[in-house]
Amino acid sequence: MRDVAIIGVGMNKKWGELWEMSMRDIFVEAALNAIDNAGVDHIDSMYVGCMSGGLFTGQEHVGAVMADYLGQCPVPATRVESACASGGAAVRAGFMEVASGMSDIVLVSGVEKMNDVSGDEATYALATASDQEWEAFSGVTFPGLYAMMAVAHMHKYGTTIEQLAAVAVKNHANGAMNPRAQYPMKITVDTVLNSVLVADPLHILDCSPITDGAAAAILCPAGRAKQLAKNGAPVKILASTQASDTIAYHSRSDLTSIESTVRAAAAAYKMANKKPDQIDTFEVHDCFTIAELMVMEALGLSEKGKSGPAVQAGQTAIGGRTPINTSGGLKSKGHPVGATGVAQIVEVVEQLRGDSGPRQVKNAKVGLTQNMGGTGASSVVHILEVM
Amino acid sequence: MTVGIVGYGACLPRHRIKVEEIAKVWGADAPSCKKGLELREKSVPALDQDVITLAVEAARNALARAPMVDPQDIGAIYIGSESHPYAVKPSGTTLAEAIGATPNCHVADFEFACKAGSEGMFVAHGLVKAGLIKYGMGIGADTSQGAPGDALEYSASAGAAAFIFGADNLIATLDFTHSYMTDTPDFWRREGMNYPQHGGRFTGEPAYFKHTIGATEAILKKSGMKPKDFAFAVFHQPNGKFPMRVGKMLGFAREQIEVGWLVPTLGNTYSGASPLGLSAVLDVAQPGDKIMMCSYGSGSGSDSFIYTVTERIKDVQNLAPKTRWMLDNDPIYLEYGEYAKFRHKILKAEE
Amino acid sequence: MPTARAWREYPRRYRYEAAVCAKCGKWFFPPRLVCDACGHREFEPRAMKRTGTILTHTVIRVPPAPFKDQAPFAVAVVEMDDGPRITAQYVDWRAEQLKVGQKVRLEFRKIYTDGHAGTIQYGYKAVPA
Repeated sequence: MRDVAIIGVGMNKKWGELWEMSMRDIFVEAALNAIDNAGVDHIDSMYVGCMSGGLFTGQEHVGAVMADYLGQCPVPATRVESACASGGAAVRAGFMEVASGMSDIVLVSGVEKMNDVSGDEATYALATASDQEWEAFSGVTFPGLYAMMAVAHMHKYGTTIEQLAAVAVKNHANGAMNPRAQYPMKITVDTVLNSVLVADPLHILDCSPITDGAAAAILCPAGRAKQLAKNGAPVKILASTQASDTIAYHSRSDLTSIESTVRAAAAAYKMANKKPDQIDTFEVHDCFTIAELMVMEALGLSEKGKSGPAVQAGQTAIGGRTPINTSGGLKSKGHPVGATGVAQIVEVVEQLRGDSGPRQVKNAKVGLTQNMGGTGASSVVHILEVM
Repeated sequence: MTVGIVGYGACLPRHRIKVEEIAKVWGADAPSCKKGLELREKSVPALDQDVITLAVEAARNALARAPMVDPQDIGAIYIGSESHPYAVKPSGTTLAEAIGATPNCHVADFEFACKAGSEGMFVAHGLVKAGLIKYGMGIGADTSQGAPGDALEYSASAGAAAFIFGADNLIATLDFTHSYMTDTPDFWRREGMNYPQHGGRFTGEPAYFKHTIGATEAILKKSGMKPKDFAFAVFHQPNGKFPMRVGKMLGFAREQIEVGWLVPTLGNTYSGASPLGLSAVLDVAQPGDKIMMCSYGSGSGSDSFIYTVTERIKDVQNLAPKTRWMLDNDPIYLEYGEYAKFRHKILKAEE
Repeated sequence: MPTARAWREYPRRYRYEAAVCAKCGKWFFPPRLVCDACGHREFEPRAMKRTGTILTHTVIRVPPAPFKDQAPFAVAVVEMDDGPRITAQYVDWRAEQLKVGQKVRLEFRKIYTDGHAGTIQYGYKAVPA
């Protein structure tokens, strides 16, 4: 198996409600930015993470559509789906194609166009990440499932709603410095707690938004990276791991833990031969504030139950011991479902290249991304190191 | 062959609304409504309750009181109601599926205004008596509507009672039945209309009283019994006054009627009314007690029954929740707005 | 909801029919074809008892479209006394009964209707026991 490197990254200019842009438009803009950033003149293969082109835009066969509109036919093009981990899974698929020697230059990408449907239809589409027959059938929503995770965590560990809000506050503070972010405004704990309740105890500001957006990266064999990369240092993928867990939250072995992340992270640390304290920056899947707290614990960044106080103490701020979501996270940057996992890669690569401007983590050399689907039925973890 | 009740059960919703709440909205005088109807409050089905859900829980309670009955041996299931959820698709098939009585079972839904429940009981027992089936279930269940601002809005309520008839393990024998009917247009609802209409005072003497008296006098004659022979009498209870008045006219004492007289705090459960009254009586009856039950359904007709309670009643009364307990235990009171939402009385956007 | 998709789940939704692994005894609700604990492929059908305990809960204030009228409503993860865990709406509760550890019972209730003309979906909800 060969080592794999990232030699280019790109996103479309801004994430948000992009009324003028179709899913194809958004994807092509991001993909061309990644191709230009890498400076490659062709690609061998492409993967597109997309949770539901069908439910959001009526379009399936997304791989073929994007290959066509990117002008890349006849390369193999495959749409990868793992709910909100579609992007991360697309990166992993591309990683395996390069690592195996099958291809040299692979485009990994993700896109989601969520605003062509009504709020109700978007909510319905997102809920398909949960167990349709045994969760969604009862009327529980996605925020409702995460709210139950919060209640379980609060009951067992005493986590507070202020600690949940602190995650949103931190992510907005970071996102305020990110020109691509959907909601680049600072907020306070009071703003969060006074916002409308969506599913007790989660307020609307505890929840990531509905977003249109895309992100992309170019992978190549690490041995050719320095020669191929035209703009910015290449970044090696030290680990690319994935784990699954029961589709229904109620079937998990521990209702206060995200086991799929625990497993994928353990395998990633092993594959990369790194420990958590050797990672300089983290992009994690804060679809809801409680998710970030539970992922912190699953990644070993705090003891079980202690993630809330750790956030309040500033451990995960840009200048803290373990900076998390310097991009603003899903909360402030936005969450176009299929694109998120790839955008996490973009942020970490830019951090490791020293390109993050006011959001820069000093001396960041190694970064980790954690992307998950549904309530944690799938998790994908990548560990990256600048070459 | 001696046939009778093997098991019985009821189900009442937990929500209630008081007469004052309704009167307030329509500018009516609550005290005089309460006095005129002899009714203080009524049950309200939640948005997730309908005839089928109430009937299923009542049937489950009946089976709890008849633990020897294998649902596969139930040969007939008849739900009588004025508010079946579907116009075409029987409520009984869902109930049969829910209690595990499918596939070898005869199912039909009954309707005859408020006596549809007693009809189900009448026919179920008849099939057992004819030797065609081992057990038959008759259920009265309703979530009927009263038009906003109409007198019936104070009383139209929801509830269900289920009875399993058989020839063994009886808790009460069914000794006599009678049915008395004429074509009398006292209360009706046309296909597609939300709310029924009624003939005002015409619903009294030529309708409720004539048929109740007709069916009761006929069964007393048939059985050679007199009112004083009965421990309990259960009449259809559209309001608090009618059953007491008809009972008095027939020669029954207030004390005989009171145990099964649920309407002052339950309201009129339509096809559930006299069946629920019977279930409340069975909850406290003693072996040897004789019970006279007479339903009434507009259109019009009455079904009357005479039961004799057996020794086995004492074994089953506590095997499922009792009707008075469900009526009185910790109800949840609604304001009119929430009540209107629960009862689909609010005009919403087209879907 | 296509009618066949709902209909095939009636034994589970109406009668709580579960399956017990013939080899290791693990209960599955809904039933499975292969045991995820020991890999065995034979099961014994058993109906679950209707009682359980709330492990966690929430109140949904922004409901999905078919449930618009019912908001706000509570949902809970319930651990059935026989072992399996389920997600269900929780109804007819008083404030002090919405808590981790609350004992509940399953009741037959309407889940939602497919508009004015479509079928009515029935299933289970939890009520305080």
